[in-house]
Amino acid sequence: MKGFRVLKAVAAAATAFTFYAAAQTNAAESVKIGIIWPLTGNAAAAGQASKAAAEVAADIVNNAHPELGDLPLAKTAGLPNMGGAKLELIFVDHQGNPSLAQQLATRLITQDKVHVLMGAYQSSCSFTATAVAERYGIPFMVGESAAGNITGRGFKWVFRGTPIASDYARTYMRFFADMKKQGKKIDSIAIVNENTDYGTSVADAIVEEAKKANVPVALRIPYSASSTDVSAQILQLKEKNPDVVIFISYTADSILYMKSMNNLQYKPPMVIGDDTGFSDPSFIPAVADAAQGAMNRSAWAIGKPGSTTYKINEMYKAKTGRDLDDTSARNMQSFFALADAINRAGSTDPEKIREALTKTDLKPEQLMMGYQGVKFDETGQNILAATYLIQLHDKSYELVWPDNAATAKLQWPMTGGKN
Amino acid sequence: MLLLQVIVGGLLLGAIYALFSSGLTLIWGMMNFINFAHGEFVMLGMYVSLLVVMYLGGGPAAFGFGAAFALFVLGVVVYLSLIRYVLRGPMLAQILSTFGLALLLRYTAFWIFSANFVSLPQTSLSGTINVGGILMPIPQLVAGVIAILLTIGLHLMLTCTTIGSQLLAVSEDRGAAMLMGIKPDRMQALAWGLSAGAAGIAGALMAIAYPWSPSVGETFGLTAFVVVALGGFGSVPGALFAGLIVGLIQALSAFWFGPIYKDIVVYALFVALLWLRPQGLMGKA
Repeated sequence: MKGFRVLKAVAAAATAFTFYAAAQTNAAESVKIGIIWPLTGNAAAAGQASKAAAEVAADIVNNAHPELGDLPLAKTAGLPNMGGAKLELIFVDHQGNPSLAQQLATRLITQDKVHVLMGAYQSSCSFTATAVAERYGIPFMVGESAAGNITGRGFKWVFRGTPIASDYARTYMRFFADMKKQGKKIDSIAIVNENTDYGTSVADAIVEEAKKANVPVALRIPYSASSTDVSAQILQLKEKNPDVVIFISYTADSILYMKSMNNLQYKPPMVIGDDTGFSDPSFIPAVADAAQGAMNRSAWAIGKPGSTTYKINEMYKAKTGRDLDDTSARNMQSFFALADAINRAGSTDPEKIREALTKTDLKPEQLMMGYQGVKFDETGQNILAATYLIQLHDKSYELVWPDNAATAKLQWPMTGGKN
Repeated sequence: MLLLQVIVGGLLLGAIYALFSSGLTLIWGMMNFINFAHGEFVMLGMYVSLLVVMYLGGGPAAFGFGAAFALFVLGVVVYLSLIRYVLRGPMLAQILSTFGLALLLRYTAFWIFSANFVSLPQTSLSGTINVGGILMPIPQLVAGVIAILLTIGLHLMLTCTTIGSQLLAVSEDRGAAMLMGIKPDRMQALAWGLSAGAAGIAGALMAIAYPWSPSVGETFGLTAFVVVALGGFGSVPGALFAGLIVGLIQALSAFWFGPIYKDIVVYALFVALLWLRPQGLMGKA
């Protein structure tokens, strides 16, 4: 029976651990936020980083942080409109599995009785989990999933704080217009995209926005991210000679492209990587030389010492030992927007929170991200989401555009490798 | 000129296909045995190279030999501890055993090295040379040339040396070979060692030029089967020839039709060829 007793103790400890966060904040009244993320599996790193970010955000809301300036709910402890009620976070792990995400959303709503939901990193998981929230009438904040079809299904209860493909595409076009004004030559662009949902949808959005902005797309190359050799594609680019090449690529393929471009002595005036592969931790060590001056996007910037973003990053760093990344930061921003709406609702009633969300109108100075604001349209998409552009200078990315936020000077054309 | 550049790139890649496929064809030719873990051997060769560079600070020669040696040993161990026993079992057990081995190796690699992509730090083998306007990246060039030489070397060893004759003797008639004083177990263990060693070097050569993760073996495994079937099961020169052709077709179709169509072209030609010549280009009917 001894083994059984040990087992019971372990189970008790595990239960105690699960409710640890709850016990801490469960004083008077609390708002339960169910958060569904991939905490194990392929995307565990992103899920865990986002979990830490959400915990920092909850700390900022639940405790008084007057040092954080205009960030909503930072100054006060808890939600002022609800008598200082605290946020209680319940994390569950969908392991990157859309059907599990769906089950967990149901469980959070029916058993844990959460007031609002948030998640779910992978677009496929957000897609299924939001459908559950819609059915039960619980507000769901999509933190950072980018697939266009998550909003726009006629759902009333789904909101999304993050920019999506079309926002990024519009940002690139604004950037090109700005560059042309400065006398840079951008007569044509090329788009190189991996051919699953992610690459295809982003590339489609760029093609569409380019058409609107009158920027000719000289060439579009869809490819499989598991390619082992991309020299043929580079020679295709060389032949068309576009002024900017935009890559929508995963990790190995973006490294491979940069290396092979260098080897085949092809260097367009500018390369833009659409996050993902270009932001992977292994990208810079592998191709820092060849990709020198390549641009990337990030709505997150640490900012100057003393700034609100800098302080948030310090809090995150104290917890995890790492700087906050774009993905987790976008989740954190969505979390703040959600908390702001709950406070304005002044109640845990789902309908009131939903109504407050539809009236959300956060200004740029109230945000930690480089958006132009947070305001949801009737599909629930944040229409003011945007992004900064960053550029690889030496061994790190520097914010170079737009000018008013830039911390370093844009280099055009890119330097590239020695070859 | 651009076309010539595409052709050169395709042939250099094809040379590496040829090298790791020759290992697969060797096992098939020797033992009528399909090794589904062959792609994983290539993957391990890549990681061994990385470890040699990271912890021993070795250059290209060091990690090339390191990968070849480590995989040679692994091949022998796999034969002695697994293959020898399943050979006595039914055909299905033989097939599934190496399939299981492939999964074991792949997920062990996931466990040890994580799913993140890695690549070798810049080695002394970098840069590009320009031969009459054709750019040849040095890593690919070295890899391709070594791969061709080794494949030819393997063929010569099989056809012109005593060990080669002994290997072939065992494959032709195990009983008769034993009567001639050849120890079949030892010969087959050697064949597995050579096969895995070739995969290991191929892995090291690929690692110079390409980033990878533990799932890379899948891609290589499939390519190797196509090359082996195209070249003719059991024929090392066939594998060399077919490897170059596959690399060339991939490059040309990627250039003309776009990269997402290159595998369609390769597999369509492959199926068509099997229909016309089921024994492969150089296989015996």
